[in-house]
This record gives sequence, structure tokens and C-alpha cells, in this order.
Amino acid sequence: MHEHDVLVVGAGGAGLRAAIAAHEEGADVAIVTKLHPVRSHTGAAEGGINAALRDGDSWQDHAYDTMKGSDYLGDAPAIETLCQDSPEETIQLEHWGMPFSREDDGRVSQRPFGGLSFPRTTYAGAETGHHLLHTLYQQVVKRGIQVYDEWYVSRLAVTEDPDPEKRECHGIVAFDVQTGEVAGFRARKGVVLATGGPGQVFDHTTNAVSCTGDGPAMAYRAGVPMEDMEFIQFHPTTLPSTGVLISEGVRGEGGILYNDIGERFMFEHGYASNDGELASRDVVARAELTEVNEGRGVDDEYVHLDMRHLGEERIIDRLENILHLAGDFEGVDGLVEPMPVKPGQHYAMGGIETDENGETLVSGLYAVGECACVSVHGSNRLGGNALPELIVFGARAGRHAAGTDLGEAIIETGRTEDTEIGEVDTPVAPGAIHAGDTDEDAVADGGDPRGEGAGVIPEPNEVVERALEAENRRIDHLMEKDEGVQQAELRAKLQKTMTQNVNVFRTEAGLKQALRDIREVREQYQDVYVDDPSRTFNTDLQQTIEMRNLIDTAEAITLGALARDEFRGAHWRQEYQERRDEKWLKHTLLSWNDGTPELWYKPVILEGEDKTYEPKVRSY
Amino acid sequence: MSTHATQEQEGAEVDAGDSKPHSPHQDRRLQEKATREEQSQRESDERTREREETVEIKVFRYDPEVAEKQEPRFDTFHVPFEKGMTVLDAVMYARDHYDSSLTFRHSCRQAICGSDAFFINGRQRLGCQTQIAELDTPVRIEPLPHQEVVKDLVVDMDSFYEQMEAVEPYFQTNDLPEGDLDEQRQSRENREKIKMGTRCIWCASCMSSCNIAAGDDQYLGPAPISMAYRFAMDEREGEDIQDHRLRIIEQEHGVWRCQTQFSCTNVCPKDIPLTEHIQELKREAVKKNLKFW
Repeated sequence: MHEHDVLVVGAGGAGLRAAIAAHEEGADVAIVTKLHPVRSHTGAAEGGINAALRDGDSWQDHAYDTMKGSDYLGDAPAIETLCQDSPEETIQLEHWGMPFSREDDGRVSQRPFGGLSFPRTTYAGAETGHHLLHTLYQQVVKRGIQVYDEWYVSRLAVTEDPDPEKRECHGIVAFDVQTGEVAGFRARKGVVLATGGPGQVFDHTTNAVSCTGDGPAMAYRAGVPMEDMEFIQFHPTTLPSTGVLISEGVRGEGGILYNDIGERFMFEHGYASNDGELASRDVVARAELTEVNEGRGVDDEYVHLDMRHLGEERIIDRLENILHLAGDFEGVDGLVEPMPVKPGQHYAMGGIETDENGETLVSGLYAVGECACVSVHGSNRLGGNALPELIVFGARAGRHAAGTDLGEAIIETGRTEDTEIGEVDTPVAPGAIHAGDTDEDAVADGGDPRGEGAGVIPEPNEVVERALEAENRRIDHLMEKDEGVQQAELRAKLQKTMTQNVNVFRTEAGLKQALRDIREVREQYQDVYVDDPSRTFNTDLQQTIEMRNLIDTAEAITLGALARDEFRGAHWRQEYQERRDEKWLKHTLLSWNDGTPELWYKPVILEGEDKTYEPKVRSY
Repeated sequence: MSTHATQEQEGAEVDAGDSKPHSPHQDRRLQEKATREEQSQRESDERTREREETVEIKVFRYDPEVAEKQEPRFDTFHVPFEKGMTVLDAVMYARDHYDSSLTFRHSCRQAICGSDAFFINGRQRLGCQTQIAELDTPVRIEPLPHQEVVKDLVVDMDSFYEQMEAVEPYFQTNDLPEGDLDEQRQSRENREKIKMGTRCIWCASCMSSCNIAAGDDQYLGPAPISMAYRFAMDEREGEDIQDHRLRIIEQEHGVWRCQTQFSCTNVCPKDIPLTEHIQELKREAVKKNLKFW
């Protein structure tokens, strides 16, 4: 068994920042990641890092913009922490050598971004994420932090207790992709999940193939609630054929959106009469699809993003990467013609419920970055707010996991006196196929399904050993079967229904259909098998386990979307065209509840340090 | 692989009995759109019938654990061709539809994670960045040469990572500003100078293409030296650090091994001028009177 103080699962921006922070606090920290760190999807982030660095700007303004962008579903303590810590964390990256774009006076450049009242998006060309990722990995190398790369974490080692709030996380189980060896990892102080987004539940996504919602799904099954999963951001500018992202930076620098008849529709059709192309992402994505649906789309599929008027020099200086992406993946030269763009799945605002120290309700288990929900983004994330979230909350969780006192969190995880039980009318039962019985599927990861030794609290090492045994059983089971259905078929089916029914525009009928389809996929998954008999680099096995995580994540997204009968931020419901503050100023939480998912709500926290944020009509 | 939101939303509008009356202008457009959709569907069907086009790919197979794959071989797959299809799309299709044991690294699909460098038709390229339409067929896809094959298209990257990390690939300075909010200044020109060096995605294409690296496994190699260049030329690090960096790259298996064949520069998917970086470091080392081999 491997043993460390702090284990960080995932090596994107949040995971690397957490590992560095824990290491700086003197902890023995190791990173376990299914990729090599530099392959992580943070590298694909383009736009920049919002940070109030300059005269005329303030963290308060950044917080106000973020709260407004969230459509008043972000929690003020989380938002204010983000905005207060971002400047120092951003400059920390600069001190670690990150190659930011520069002004004439040698200071780091900032640019305007959608939904911001000040140009505070700090950037490094149109490849800010790549530089952030590499800069952080360089610091990991410098410190000699141990990295278990290409080790796939497939189970958490959590104690079994009927009450999830009394459970403890003592480690993880992972397999070495290269050799197939399955091993237990004991964490003496904490496990930090930093596994990224769940974009692979959709088929038109900017997310990498490895973004499969592993962290949220594992934590969920171990008893940690998923929060606000219905809020999925569809980025307005992705390339139609592949989903490759075209940065908001293009619009930030002055890029213009046109429909098929050459109208600058953001203004001319009144979608955002003040901010136009730089309205919040949800607003622009809906505008584009409305143009297409009303017959003004190019080829009835997309709209045009034109940056030619910016001139070659400025484009090469600030957006060069966009020229490569449009050329390589769409065959379009952005210097001589407009680029085709349409909305694509981009980001999950929801995730594992945490407080502002990254802690979940299971003791010793943390979550940061896109897999977590603090909640900073509420119902819609502003461009340029994902990267600061990684470094701000990554650092905090790393420090806290290492044992540093950060003061008590204001956000409470788990159920409190304000908790409200939710109900939703589903066409089929969600959750485990055999909920309630002793089927392994239904118990918290790492628990003992037979209830042996009930009442005795096992030693931490034993918890990891049991989880290891359970994982070995699962893997043996998947490998031994030699017929049934394969994960690729199920994945395609799941992605198709999610993209058709849980997209930008959502209807009750569509969401119910999605739940039926997800249920069918879940039932078929019982017959899934791994065809590749080899233990060496068995990506078939890995993808089959990922598929289980996609099912749980997709179901959580859809359940939340069906329950929330209002229109807020990225969540649009055909039947409910109003934001309903009297009913819905609250977060959606979903607990696995040993296989019978339970929906509940907790109020949004609008009280900040010095003021209370009053919900206003969100217009741009 | 695209969203069906268009049709979905249309269907939704019809279901709801429509909340808002359409203007005549809009009606006309919707009418036109329906006609266009019909026509484009007809055309697309015709195209499919006429062409039934597939592309033939030959993929290297090897697995030390599986009896019939212990002897390396090539498997042929016929993959339905679609406009815009990349080599990565083709191997993914083959894996998902024909043989789930077909193994390769891939993640971002947009040439930034650096996972899917393969030897495609005799040249190192990223699978995701290579259009099938631009290649001679059958397309031959092999693992990167000069690296140990783990399985199918997966090679052992450990020695590459070791070389990358041998050049102290992290920022160093003795002169940070005092305040936590004070950034170091860097001129635009200097940022421009190191820009290409910072673009490296660690795909190892350059290393695989380099004859010198093939014959000398201690040679630092193009990507690591370019990484060293990126730091050595960064004015924020200061001169004493630069001296330290030049000592690392002018060692026996460092810059002087390069014979300027430009193969690394030719295959780099991010267009990094690796050979130029190596040459410039040689010149810097000479200027500093460092001994050379």
C-alpha cells in the first residue's frame, strides 16, 4: 500500500496548485492522475484569469460581476474569497515564471471579457491555460512532488456509516494503466479530488475525452452530495465540426457575431443591446441558437464570428492560437474569412458540494476546480473565472488538507436546519438498479456490503484494504465476462440523448425522455464487458469504468434540470420563462443515499462580508 | 458529432402551440429553412449513396501479454470517411466499432495535450491535427520510432520525461519584487523571444525524429534544449541563472551534439524553431567562453 499525508487526484490546474500548497505546508503529498500532468485539460483553456490587479478595479467589483453573472445563485462567501485571493494567486503565477502577455511598461496584460465591468482578464496569448498548467507542473517538478502518472483512480476508501456526515475518507484505490496493477493508497491527512469536468456526457463538447466526471461520481456514491448539476455552460463559440473552443478573447478583442444575412444580431435583434457580443455566455449561446432556429443561421447550423477587422498584427499578437485552431480543425483562415461557430457544452457550474476550504461533508475528502461546487459560478460562469477558481481554491484546499488552520468556513456542507427536501416527478426510478439490497452497486465506495463488523470502526488501513478488495472484485468481474455490451455503444447512446434533450433549450418532455434513456443505459451497463483481455494499458477497462461515472453524472444533471422549474442563468426551461426568486434562490443537491437518490435544497448565501447582494434583473 | 439543438428546439416550439406569433418575415424564413433542410437532407443522402466512401488505415499492433499480438503486426480497418476527419477520429472509430483493444493515448482532440503523436505515413504527427484527406491511402499509423512500444500505438515516455526534467525546467530567479502583488516586469520583445519555446506540448515528436537522440540516449534532445532556451532567454531570471543554465546545456550530451538536420523543426506540431533555439544557445555558450566538446 502506498502512503502519503495528502493525495491529490487529478493534475490539472486545481490539483497541481493544491499539491504545491500542501507541500509548502510541509506535507508529504503525492499526485495520482490518469494522464501525465501536462496532458490535463486545463491546458486547453484559452481566455484568461480574472483578477482585480489595477487601479480603478477592486475585488468588490469583480465579486459584483460574478454574483450578477451567476444570476444570484453563487454563494457570496465563495465569490468574495475568489475575488479577494485571485490577485495574489495570479501574481504568484507570474513569480513562478508564467509567460503572460505584456503591456509596453512590462506589466501583465488584461483584456475585457463578457460580463465584466473592468478589463481584468489576465492572459497569456489565447493559450492561458496551457501556460498556467505548465507553470504549475514546473513547480511540482522543482519541489520533487511525487506524481503517479497514468494511474486511474477508480474508488474512494471511505468508512461505512449510515450517516454520510460521519464517514471518513482514508484513501483511494487506483490502477496503473501501464501494467494493470491495482493498488491502495492511504492518505493520512486528506484526499483532494481535482478531476475536472464531465463534458463527455455530451457529444458536442469542448471537453477532452478524459473529462468523464470521475470525481463527482465517486464522491456521490460515497455519500457526498452533488450540487447544482443542472447548470451546464454551453460556450457560444465552438467550431461546428469538432466542438473545439474559440476563445471569448476573440470577442473581448472586438470580434463580431453575424447571422446569415449579415446582421450583427446581438444588437440588431435586441439580445443584449448594451454589451452585444460581450454579454454573458448563456445569453450569447441562446441568441445564436435562436437565430438558427428562426432561419437566420449559416447553413442552418451556426453563425459567423468575424475578427478580420482587428488586423493581422493584433490578431497574431493576442489571438494567434485561434488562427491555428480555426485552420487545423475547421479549415478556415480567420485572417481572410469569418469563422463558423455554434454553442457547445463547455463547463459544469455544479459539482461536489464543498465549503470555501474545499472540504466536503465526508471528513478528509476535498474537492476543487471544475469537479467541485463551492459555489462561485451559480447558474452561469463568467469567462475568465474558471482559472482563478483553480488556483484560489486549489491552494486553499491543499493548505487545509495539510492541516493548516484557515479559519472556519462560512458555507456549511450537508444538511442544516434550512434544508428543504425536494420532490420531482420522474418517469423512471433513478439510481441503482437494485437499490436497497446488498448489491455492491448500492453501497458507498469502500464500504462492506455484507455489513460485517458493523458497529466497529475499522482502522484506516483496513478501510483502504477493503476498498482495494472491492475494486479488485469489480475489475475481475468486468474482465472475466466475455460477452454482453461494450461501453462505446452505451457512451454514444448516453451522449446522444443528453445532447438532444438536456441542451441549451430544455423541455419537460425532453428531460423525461433523457431520464428514460439514461435508465436504459444503466440497465444495459449491467451487461457491460471488457473485450481486451490484456492488463497492459487496457483503455477498454478504463473507459468501461469511466462509463459508469458518466451515467451517474448524466442522471444528476437531468434530475436537477427537471426539478428546477424556472429559467435561471444557463438553465432555460421552455415551460418556465421567468427567474423565480421566491421559490428558487436555493441550491439543488442530490444525494446518492445508498442507491435511492434524494433531492434536497439549501438556500443561496447572498450576505457578503460588507453587504448583501440584492437579486436584480440580469441584463447586458 | 454535432448538437441537434436546432431540430430539438423547433420540435419544442411546435409542441407548445407556440407562445409568440411569428412575423410574416419570420414565417417566410422558416418556410425557406424547411425547404432548405429538405433539400440538404436529400443531397446528403445522395452523397452517402453515391460514395459509401471508406478510408483504409493500417495500424501497428503489439501487446506483450496477448499471444497473437506478441509478434508485431499491422491490422487493416476500413473506416467510413467524413469531411474533416482526422487520423485520431479514424482510430477512435476503429476502436469504438471494430476492436475495443486498439490502444492509443489521446485526450483533448485539439493539439494542446500532446498525447497522440504517432508515426503517420512515415512522419511524426499529432493524430488529431492530421486530416485524413491530406494523406495517401492506405494510411499507415505506427507508434513513435526510437521509443519502446508498450502496446499498439502507446510508447514508453519515461525517458523523454527524464530528459525534459534534466534541464531544470522551472523558473528560477534571485530577484523577485518584494510585494505579493508586484509583478516582475518583462518587455514585450522578451516575451516574444521566448514565446515559441513556451508552446511545447511535450509530445516527443521532435525527439522521435532526431537521429542523434536515436544514437545517444543521453543526448538532451530538441524539446529539452528548447525548454532550457525558454528559461535561459527569459530576462526575468537574471544573468547568474542564465550562466547556470548554459552550463547544463553545453555539457557533453548537450547542444554540441546537434548536427542541425532540422528534422525536429520539421515535425514540430507547434512550429517551434527548435534547431534555431539550439544554435542560439551554442552561440551564447561560445560568447560566455564556456568550453565546448
